[in-house]
Amino acid sequence: MNRYVLARLGQALLVLWAAYTVSFVVLYALPGDPVSLMFGSESSDVTPAQLAALRAQYGLDQSLPVQYATHLGAALRGDLGSSVVLHRPVAALIAEAIPPTAAIAAAAFVLALLVGGALAIVATLTRSRGLSNALLGVPPLGVAIPSFWFGLMLVQWFSFAHPIFPAVGNKGFSSIVLPAVTLAVPTAALIAQMLSRSLQHSLRQPYVDTARAKGVGPVRVHFRHALRNASLPALTVTGLVVGELLAGAVVTETVFSRPGIGRLTATSVTAQDIPVVQGIVLFAAAVFVLVNLAVDLLYPLLDPRIVRHSKAARSQPATAQAAPTLEPATAGV
Amino acid sequence: MSERLLTVTDLAVAYRTRRGTVRAVRDVSLHVDAGETVAVVGESGSGKSTTAAAVVRLLAPAAVIDHGSIDLLGNDVVNASQRALRTVRGILVGLVPQDPTVSLNPVTRIGEQVAEVLRIHGLADRKNAHVEAIESLRRAGLAQPEVRARQYPHELSGGMRQRVLIAIALAAKPRLLVADEPTSALDVTVQRQILDHLEQLTTGTGTGILLITHDLGVAADRADRIVVMSQGRVVEQGTPDEVLGSPSDPYTRELLAAAPSLRGARIIAAPVPRSAVPVLEARNLTKEFPLPRSAGGGTLRAVDDVSFVLPKGRTLALVGESGSGKSTTARLALRLAEPTSGSVLFDGADVTHTHGPALRLLRRRMQVVYQNPYASLDPRFSVQRIITEPLRAFAVGSRTERAARAVELLDVVALPRTVLQRRPAELSGGQRQRVAIARALSLNPELVVLDEPVSALDVSVQAQILDLLANLQAELGLSYLFISHDLAVVRQVAHEVAVLQHGRVVEQGHVEDVFARPTDAYTAELLSAIPGGRVRVGQGGAS
Repeated sequence: MNRYVLARLGQALLVLWAAYTVSFVVLYALPGDPVSLMFGSESSDVTPAQLAALRAQYGLDQSLPVQYATHLGAALRGDLGSSVVLHRPVAALIAEAIPPTAAIAAAAFVLALLVGGALAIVATLTRSRGLSNALLGVPPLGVAIPSFWFGLMLVQWFSFAHPIFPAVGNKGFSSIVLPAVTLAVPTAALIAQMLSRSLQHSLRQPYVDTARAKGVGPVRVHFRHALRNASLPALTVTGLVVGELLAGAVVTETVFSRPGIGRLTATSVTAQDIPVVQGIVLFAAAVFVLVNLAVDLLYPLLDPRIVRHSKAARSQPATAQAAPTLEPATAGV
Repeated sequence: MSERLLTVTDLAVAYRTRRGTVRAVRDVSLHVDAGETVAVVGESGSGKSTTAAAVVRLLAPAAVIDHGSIDLLGNDVVNASQRALRTVRGILVGLVPQDPTVSLNPVTRIGEQVAEVLRIHGLADRKNAHVEAIESLRRAGLAQPEVRARQYPHELSGGMRQRVLIAIALAAKPRLLVADEPTSALDVTVQRQILDHLEQLTTGTGTGILLITHDLGVAADRADRIVVMSQGRVVEQGTPDEVLGSPSDPYTRELLAAAPSLRGARIIAAPVPRSAVPVLEARNLTKEFPLPRSAGGGTLRAVDDVSFVLPKGRTLALVGESGSGKSTTARLALRLAEPTSGSVLFDGADVTHTHGPALRLLRRRMQVVYQNPYASLDPRFSVQRIITEPLRAFAVGSRTERAARAVELLDVVALPRTVLQRRPAELSGGQRQRVAIARALSLNPELVVLDEPVSALDVSVQAQILDLLANLQAELGLSYLFISHDLAVVRQVAHEVAVLQHGRVVEQGHVEDVFARPTDAYTAELLSAIPGGRVRVGQGGAS
């Protein structure tokens, strides 16, 4: 473990803690608590004494800082509390919802990477200006299409007009296809947009001219020289895309009536099931942090400048450090 | 009569832009024979780089070859298919690009980048290509080529990277080498080593070189023939003696007169009555930077016991190559950085520890002109706003007074009043640098720090700016701290010079003394590295 990895790990933990704290403040500092929401404010079936007993059971009678400390302590031990609607542990609910969401998210991610990457490569590789412009026009369209509409259209075509894939449910591989395609469209568009931009940028760099002057052909220039450099900014976006996939799951799973994290989010937000909502926020943050941690750890493998920088400084400190300029000075100061 | 490698006939290249067609190269004809070095000389916009790019058909996408032919050993380069070009590039013609810092793929090892030439042309298999790549790096003059081959570009200095690019260009032993400003981004001593080496590598093998350069001195030293280009046309060509000895074209004469490396005449101001108190004095300045722990900790001494005196109304040049500590020294003198030890005296007063409002007042009395006028002016500001910004910052005068001052300053730097409302993008490089000078003068400073003020400019513009600076010094009694890597420029404008190497002053004194009789070996090396020595000797040092 070197310093780079440790620093990234520390940052990841900090982000998780911040996500927990912010969601706690937002959810628990709101007027009205889960117990009164459960029974409605003018409910006559329960006595105030029963309400108070329930509040005590959920720890809601304590002051906010005390509640925060207890919840955080419990969360650190893996106990995220239990749902006030379903009366089941939050952790179990989330664990059950992960596999179906993971299936469509992973399929969507792979699909988005392939389609988005291919689109960007073909658009920048082709010598036909018309094809290039047509392809580069696709990503903005992909981002602009509302995914619930696109999902419904897919169901219309491929489930009702031509019954190839099931419209709803989560039985078998064929049920994954339509949700995954729906989920992949905005993500693929984002990747295509980013990668084609940075490919265009890389192809204008002088090192590409050096390669062409060697006699390297266009395909090799693209894959060997431009793509590797262009994939660096695209990789950063890929880390962010995962958040997009989780957010997209809410719509997609609702449209296709699939169980999963998205559905769980939708139902617990509607029911104001605060412990579950917070559990999901924490889960989403954890996924996000892990993916970005993976991206950060992948960076040095693709870009030698990142970790090796310290080595370079060791071998030639004078050239690496001794080039200060007068730039920060401004005339009027 | 040796073999004809390259024949360019009536070449015309135009850039098709939205604003219309720009004819960059018009009816250019030139040729390169085996074993010959042909230098194409001209200022920016002369079409010299476009000509070089056309020879390898690596023109920008907007460029179109209108007519003309390029014959490279029997290959028609203009009409060749992409596939045919791939058998020409690398094998028949190698390219050494302009800026070594950005011309190597940053994520690929050096060895692979050299070996690629051999691999794609089927000249070697994977294993042999690697061995030959190392050999090629060794021939290009890189020490420890086995180690270099495993490194990445960012781990090498600019000079080393340029050697790598030369190794790439020569790996497949091409007959012709096109070198587009191969050393413009490098220090003079490194420049000389690289050019010497290039010469060594190509003599004997019969390789021809098409050398593109803005520096007449380099052309004079290195070329068998010189082609002078201006506004897309060839205005003159011949041997260095013909072109530089008795130029027939007025543009060549102009270029020759402006070239600092060839021009012996000094343009320094008449001496101003000297005051006993120097405007700026540095006493034993030392600046250390802590090195990151990953680099093994410790400190880097960027400035080491530097002392100098800048008398009022004079110019002191701080000279050195990159990393010599000249910029850090200037930052310390300007109080933009805190010295580790030593002191700075401004107008006789110790200002080493001045801070707060007193420091702000001190800043008024010293101003800076930066190297790159393309970057140092806010592109969204009008010229008037740029010039009056320091006045606004110090709340000097009313709005109308400031406007009047802007007009006055434009006169001082010899710019027409019509530029007041223009933006920097509408001005040429020389005009922009005049605006930057006007801005520096707006608060009537006593000291102006000139940080490589002409390095980003064409030679003829350089000469105009240097003349302007000299006139301003005479009229306003300014004192200049002139930072430069270019000894030829320093010889023209400075009274005193301090030569820095590794943060230490290795030699200082009057410019005449130091240039005529350098006592330090490094100074002597710097002086002999100034290109154009051949012509200077021939002309007896005057032009």
